[in-house]
Amino acid sequence: MDTNAATQASNAHLAAPTRLTGAEIVWATLVGEGVTDVFGYPGGAILPVYDALRKFPIHHTLVRHEQGAAHMADGYARASGKVGVAIATSGPGATNLVTGIATAMLDSIPIVCITGNVSSKVLGSDAFQEVDITGITLPVTKHNFLVNRAEDIAPAIRYAFQIAKTARPGPVLVDITKDAQQATATFDFEAAKPRAHRPHPMRKVEDSSLDQAAELIRNAKRPVILAGHGIIESGAMEQVLTLAERAQIPVALTLLGLGAFPASHPLNLGMMGMHGESWVNGAIQDADLLIACGMRFDDRVTGSTSTYATKAKKIHIDVDPAEINKNIKVEVPLTGDLREVLETLLPRIGGRDGSAWIKTIESSKGASAVRDIKNLPDSGHLYAAHVIHDIWRITGGNAIVVTDVGQHQMWEAQYYHHEKPRSLITSGGLGTMGFALPAAIGAKFACAEKEVWVIVGDGGFQMTSAELSTIAQEKIKINIAIINNGYLGMVRQWQEFFYERNYEATPLVSPDFVKLADAHGIAGLTVHTRGEVAEAVNAARSAPGAFLLNFKVEKEDSVYPMIPAGSALHEMIRRPGQNPLVESADDK
Amino acid sequence: MLHTFVAYVEDLPGVLTRVASLFRRLNININSLTVGRSERAGLSRMTIVCEASAESGHRIRASLYKLENVVDVDDIAQAPSVTRELALIKVAATPRDRSQIFELVEVFRARIVDLAPESMMIEMTGVESKIEGLIQVLNEGEERVLEICRSGKMTMRRGHHTSGVLRAMGAGESESEERAESLEALEAGAVAEPE
Repeated sequence: MDTNAATQASNAHLAAPTRLTGAEIVWATLVGEGVTDVFGYPGGAILPVYDALRKFPIHHTLVRHEQGAAHMADGYARASGKVGVAIATSGPGATNLVTGIATAMLDSIPIVCITGNVSSKVLGSDAFQEVDITGITLPVTKHNFLVNRAEDIAPAIRYAFQIAKTARPGPVLVDITKDAQQATATFDFEAAKPRAHRPHPMRKVEDSSLDQAAELIRNAKRPVILAGHGIIESGAMEQVLTLAERAQIPVALTLLGLGAFPASHPLNLGMMGMHGESWVNGAIQDADLLIACGMRFDDRVTGSTSTYATKAKKIHIDVDPAEINKNIKVEVPLTGDLREVLETLLPRIGGRDGSAWIKTIESSKGASAVRDIKNLPDSGHLYAAHVIHDIWRITGGNAIVVTDVGQHQMWEAQYYHHEKPRSLITSGGLGTMGFALPAAIGAKFACAEKEVWVIVGDGGFQMTSAELSTIAQEKIKINIAIINNGYLGMVRQWQEFFYERNYEATPLVSPDFVKLADAHGIAGLTVHTRGEVAEAVNAARSAPGAFLLNFKVEKEDSVYPMIPAGSALHEMIRRPGQNPLVESADDK
Repeated sequence: MLHTFVAYVEDLPGVLTRVASLFRRLNININSLTVGRSERAGLSRMTIVCEASAESGHRIRASLYKLENVVDVDDIAQAPSVTRELALIKVAATPRDRSQIFELVEVFRARIVDLAPESMMIEMTGVESKIEGLIQVLNEGEERVLEICRSGKMTMRRGHHTSGVLRAMGAGESESEERAESLEALEAGAVAEPE
């Protein structure tokens, strides 16, 4: 069936109740929910669903490992703001999704995973490729469903979409037995609509709390806004910007918050936490008021909680009541959708002179200004900072950058300046190595017109590098920058700082990545010196297809500054003096 | 401190696992759990008793509400309420010492619900301490108790205030302070524990 015919047929299903097989209902419901792309891998228990695919206007991307499918759905969701969909078979297909589901759970990303399961008659009998995937994923999903009747499929999938995207988003899994896929039922999209979302009864904003918050902001001498991922999920960029500008409050961002507030804005301090600049963490430690917007005081952001911002009163705006007072005790909790809360708060906020505090922070930058790339003599060495800085400069900061986890992820956060939301896609909470390549594929499907860059380490790349075949098969244009230092770099850095340089199990032998790309029909280049970086980046950008750059960077470079886990925010390890890797002011 | 939560949950497969899993994840041991039908169609009522820090009450209640199948959660804390437990106790009893047990059962306002040649079964409802008192005296002198089956605690607020009414009244956060006060009063012996 061609695409037009498929579109017409599935539109007809949506318009009037129709008798369909369970497998057809899966696709018809997805079409009804606005799904155009799914990522998956077939297998015995999901075969009826795959057999029905050709009748529906949905593009399926065949992945090389189901973990990739979950990450692609995740990358698709992060780039587009829509719900991503992954499909897998029972047993190992389903368990392979788990890392990707947990990744989405920890970062509150809306995805729906659909898995096949053995027939309901043999459920629980240890049948071939049977696994209790609803049991396994219970703690890493917002909710999950086990469906064993065709008539329950549409309601379950529609309910899954509602749960995935409402309030604090997250992953939902729908496990469908094979007999349910094969049976027929009446498909009625309207009737399958879930009951209205039941708002969390503890989610409420008291008028008195709003007054209290406004009063605290009015009287604060040293306020800081802590900007998190919730700003992007809630679409509250404008409201946070208004708050910051009107009351002249500097803004510190979490890793997942990067892009929620323009990097070039004079009030943007930069990233906070373990690898945040000293003036950012210094400002938080000295603050008398913290306004936390859609962030959860993660341990990578607070360091030791007992010494965290002890002088500051805290206003915490978050959609999830369970986050209030979880890690850090706050004076004024405002639990609700961030944008709505800020819209009711903003009329109570007046102009404020914040210049003295901003000047204090500015002056604290001097000694600790570590961003120095241009000044570094070209000694023939190549630093990751050079690479990322050049990618930022050449792409004009307009690319979607998808990173993996480790040193390169932190360098990306430090040296690629994000102006817009959804331009950085990274696994923050779970810290999932192997995330970047598949997530970038998902992001590219979500934003086909956008330039997509993968920044990935040599370790993480090898965890999911099989997805190069997916890129080749789908003929999509993605640029891959491997920050190759021959080590599992972040672990090596911890060994250097905390384990007496005992580099156990961190040196890494890798294949020739350019040859590996070539084997997939993907062009590539290896880069050894700073002088070659710009040319290589341009070569990748102008190539018609996907392109892989293998940057052989300094082997034992570390991410600075660093706050050792569990230490106070002001107890940081600085870059050793003689080799400052600092970006000069005129390089901005 | 001891926390008591009353939760209304959808009567569906797997809901008990979801609730239990939440406590497991927080590494909190559930001391007592009772589940049964409620006055609301399609909803079961759970009484969950656990030992956890004083501050964790808010988080547990907030997390329970995040479960899709949980409809209502009441943190009873020290609010005026009635708590009961049901126990079935089988004791060894020959015709010779039956009368002695009858007397004990009478004193504890329990009932004999089964009588066999060499044993009898006692049914008793009451607060935990009362049930334990009976078990203790039954075992005095000789070990008579053969089997014990206890239901776990069931709790209901006193007065008209069901959890639904409380919620409609907007009670929740501010209540916990009152509760803390009444807890102090209770510990100071100022308020008699309601029987």
